[in-house]
Amino acid sequence: MTTTTTNTVGADEGVEEHIASLFLAEYETPDGVVDAAMKLRDAGYKKFDTHTPYPIHGMDAAMGMRDTPLGWIVFVMGLTGCIAGFLMMTWMNGIDYPLIIGGKPPDAIPSMVPVMFEMTVLLSAFGAVFGLFGLCQLPRHHHPIFNSERFARATDDRFFLSVDAADPKFDLEKTRALLQGTAPAHLELIEEYPS
Amino acid sequence: MSEAHFSPVEQELALGAEGPIEFLGERNLLPPGTTMRSLTDTICAPTEMKTPKAWWIGFAIALFGAGILGGSISWLLYRGVGVWGNNSPVSWAWDITNFVWWIGIGHAGTLISAILFLFRQKWRTSINRFAEAMTIFAVMCAGIFPGLHTGRPWFDYYMFPLPNQMGLWPQFKSPLMWDIFAVSTYFTVSALFWFIGLIPDLATLRDRSTGNSRAQKIRRFAYGFFSLGWRGSNRHWQHYERAYLILAGLSAPLVLSVHSIVSFDFATSVEPGWHTTIFPPYFVAGAVFSGFAMVLTLMLICRAVFGMKDVVTMKHLELMNKIMLTTGSLVGYAYAMEFFVAYYSGNQYERYVFLNRATGPYAWAYWSMIACNVIFPQVFWFKRMRTSIPVMFVVSILINVGMWFERFVIIVTTLHRDYIPASWGMYSPTIWDMGLYLGTFGFFFTCFLLFLRWLPMIALAEVKATLPNAHPHASHGTDHAHEEHDHHDAAAAVPAE
Repeated sequence: MTTTTTNTVGADEGVEEHIASLFLAEYETPDGVVDAAMKLRDAGYKKFDTHTPYPIHGMDAAMGMRDTPLGWIVFVMGLTGCIAGFLMMTWMNGIDYPLIIGGKPPDAIPSMVPVMFEMTVLLSAFGAVFGLFGLCQLPRHHHPIFNSERFARATDDRFFLSVDAADPKFDLEKTRALLQGTAPAHLELIEEYPS
Repeated sequence: MSEAHFSPVEQELALGAEGPIEFLGERNLLPPGTTMRSLTDTICAPTEMKTPKAWWIGFAIALFGAGILGGSISWLLYRGVGVWGNNSPVSWAWDITNFVWWIGIGHAGTLISAILFLFRQKWRTSINRFAEAMTIFAVMCAGIFPGLHTGRPWFDYYMFPLPNQMGLWPQFKSPLMWDIFAVSTYFTVSALFWFIGLIPDLATLRDRSTGNSRAQKIRRFAYGFFSLGWRGSNRHWQHYERAYLILAGLSAPLVLSVHSIVSFDFATSVEPGWHTTIFPPYFVAGAVFSGFAMVLTLMLICRAVFGMKDVVTMKHLELMNKIMLTTGSLVGYAYAMEFFVAYYSGNQYERYVFLNRATGPYAWAYWSMIACNVIFPQVFWFKRMRTSIPVMFVVSILINVGMWFERFVIIVTTLHRDYIPASWGMYSPTIWDMGLYLGTFGFFFTCFLLFLRWLPMIALAEVKATLPNAHPHASHGTDHAHEEHDHHDAAAAVPAE
């Protein structure tokens, strides 16, 4: 049924050489991983994560996550874009080199609307993209989880749950037992070699 | 799983942004038996297979076309815009026609990726990546024309708000400046949106490149680099989905603003036939119309060549044909309304321009436009026509021809006879006008063929999420759980893997 592997041998006595990094449990169905996430949440774990080929509905609640603050970042950036556009045009056409075009005041606001709108959208988009990178701490091309060969299927058709050893509740035996109780298709301990 | 795990607040969270998708209770679009693995295999195959001979032939032709573009631009820069047929009074001609045409084509990509996303149209997932790629390449082609038609493109930087040696600033009361901001914002946001959508799929390609050959190592490095170390983490998906939603929410008004602003280039002038309030919605409808036609033309070829018939099904094609029928009819209404308003205005110049369009020296272009844009798409009222591949292929090409004529008619017929008969004139293109236009096709298809070979042409992660078994069964105490059950029961007969 469930198989367990450890990437290195002698994990127990070799704590100096190998640092337990995370437990990685694999599930075959989205139900399995959502179920397991709820168990870990209820057991009080904080530093655990699920890895799925696509976002699963309801997973945020199953993991007990708070809402993302990304919207606020975008809002601030959008406002910045709008104001920056207005100030730019007011300075350029209204103050630094005023010209009367079409009998309108040099800093006529109606003709600024399109550019203010575009600047709002542009900076909001930057906020969304770079805010996403910042919140996710990406790019990050190295991560202990990639040491698992089975993990390649997280972007294909399998569902994974990882428990970080940094979690205060992390305990080799207890966490292993808890994860075994969620009936994973596979469970492994990933260890990092200290450099 | 029991519902007891969830407080009402958590249920709200679980519903989140994607809640209403299930409420629509869409049909299952993919054929039964489709699994996540089979989707991964099908969609990654074009980037992993041996290059088909047809691809090389297409690429050679496209590259030749791109060469024509290079030649036409070089000659233009060497001799100046006099090599074109533009003259006084027809100072805008093929250059601006092609600009508006290409940028209009791009609009379908944004419509599919953003507006259909906001409307929770799941069927978009099979075509959005493809259409977004088309958007980006089309906007690149569009950008070539206004840049060159300034005559001395090395001074194009005057259009950007940069301090320059004359102490001058751009003049923001000009719609051409609005255009600069709209088009460059549009290109940037479309490219970002596309890239964000690609990240999980690039990670899939990375994880599939496991061999030790040199080609596999290069793939692993390139896809690994651009997938930014994506590991499908739900803590990332949460931000990711919000970012995607926000970008879609930004792109939707953006795409409407871009073609509205393009239409302001005309509408804020005092030329008869241009100075009308119908222009922004009319341009946007036309843009969507031509863009869908271009997506369909390209999609029909690719799904045949790369065997994507199970992912882009007849249902998808039929829905696209319905959108073309709708937007084509909107455009037809706009043509009729323009005529009525010209008559009703009582303005003799306005009346003359429209009479001249339909009966003057460019009447052939006008009636080609009417036939291609208004008359031929009406065949899509019939289901047999909507579901016939040869019919939709021919009609999609005719629509693109018709939409090119629309821009030509708007620009040339207005300019060539506006006010004083003494300053009337005629326009005909030169070989360099044609070369530049033809060349943009070469450039477009060069980019597109490279896209097909290097990137997954279908949004893999998004398509997987639409599979009937993609989300937990006893969903979390919300109403849509019950509706989802129907899907699952239907899909239960299908082995999960």
